[in-house]
Amino acid sequence: MIRVVLPAHLRTLAGVDGDVTLEVEGPATLRSVLDALEASYPVLRGTIRDHVTERRRPFVRFFACEEDLSHELPDTPLPAAVVSGAEPFLVVGAMAGG
Amino acid sequence: MSSVRLLVGTRKGAFVLTSDGNRERWAVNGPHFGGWEVYHLKGSTADPQRLYASQSTGWFGQLIQRSDDGGKTWAPAGNQFAYDGVPGTHQWYDGTPHPWEFKRVWHVEPSLTDPDTVYAGAEDAALFRSVDAGQTWQELPGLRGHRSGHAWAPGAGGLCLHTILLDPSDAKRIFVAISAAGAFRSDDAGETWRPINRGLKSEGIPDPDAEVGHCVHRIAMHPSRPGVLFMQKHWDVMRSDDAGESWHEVSGNLPTDFGFPIGVHAHEPETIYVVPIKSDSEHYPPEGKLRVFRSRTGGNDWEALTTGLPQRDCYVNVLRDAMALDTLDPCGVYFGTTGGQVYGSADAGDHWNPIVRDLPAVLSVEVQTLP
Repeated sequence: MIRVVLPAHLRTLAGVDGDVTLEVEGPATLRSVLDALEASYPVLRGTIRDHVTERRRPFVRFFACEEDLSHELPDTPLPAAVVSGAEPFLVVGAMAGG
Repeated sequence: MSSVRLLVGTRKGAFVLTSDGNRERWAVNGPHFGGWEVYHLKGSTADPQRLYASQSTGWFGQLIQRSDDGGKTWAPAGNQFAYDGVPGTHQWYDGTPHPWEFKRVWHVEPSLTDPDTVYAGAEDAALFRSVDAGQTWQELPGLRGHRSGHAWAPGAGGLCLHTILLDPSDAKRIFVAISAAGAFRSDDAGETWRPINRGLKSEGIPDPDAEVGHCVHRIAMHPSRPGVLFMQKHWDVMRSDDAGESWHEVSGNLPTDFGFPIGVHAHEPETIYVVPIKSDSEHYPPEGKLRVFRSRTGGNDWEALTTGLPQRDCYVNVLRDAMALDTLDPCGVYFGTTGGQVYGSADAGDHWNPIVRDLPAVLSVEVQTLP
């Protein structure tokens, strides 16, 4: 069970309070977690990554275990603490825009 | 008794303002989509309870919201705007080719007859259409694919398609305007397009009367005379009496002919409204006086409408989609400012009152006249 923390605007959009929990089949990677997130909440498609290229939107970041995973390749395995559910995977709206 | 619903898009959400036909007391509902930019929202004339809204931020991109109850509740529709085929390039600020990239929807225009059909004007400039109430969107690629498309360049606000006019007398005729490419017309429901900029003169481009490259800010028509178009250009207020085949200037005695919105009286097709702005670098009213100008002669002869509007120390702007006119009699006129005020007149502009004073910067105002 992977815990995902969404920024406030995306929680509102998805209609959720607090963390989102996801079951991910196979290895837990950036790609597979985001695939599972979008499958559970289709309204989030296009808000975190591009519909077609799946490239991360410029002002969205991915953090976990005090590390910035934003520039990792999509199929990079997530940290064990995220996979076990001990630590959350954070989708963050970058500090930008004043 | 009739009622009026104002749809206000702002930098930080949407607001729905309602009043009875007297247009004296208003209820304010919102913000909807708080924290998001709402460039535009508009209701369907075929089903006034059906509204579409364009919601975006730099963080999370574009959403389209739809309401089926006049703005009380909303639900996200489709948000995938993919350019048709291999997008190619347009001209960048430095003259180099730049790939077309979708950024946001500036304007939503519901069909005049089908509430499930709606058009979206995008940045980078493209026209999209949905025939399933906004769930899926398809580009009408003939516009961007016009032979001049590769040479279109963005204005300061981006390469945006901001104006969509549907001809009520001819279902196949569509007018659009793009900054800074100009005005275009399709006579085959959006399949093919041609520029309609003859008569425009823009001193800021190398060839002042070029076929494309003009910074058209807004076009307006009266539904009873769709062949007569009025245009607020970057500089100059223009008029066409032949559906855009040719234009002539009608700025007349305006204190400045720079501005953004232009509108037409609901019952007097020769009565038009503009809000003059000092210049393209000074985006505020001349002399700090917020004045709407009205011409009852289709241009050239303009009168200042000032009663109820601030006449000193006012330095707000009124953006291109931020003026609307209802169809009551007398005709109501409304506009919003970058200072967050929405002003309304229930007597065709003779007297004004602030409906709200402290919204986020207003990006758009639309009005629905309801039975």
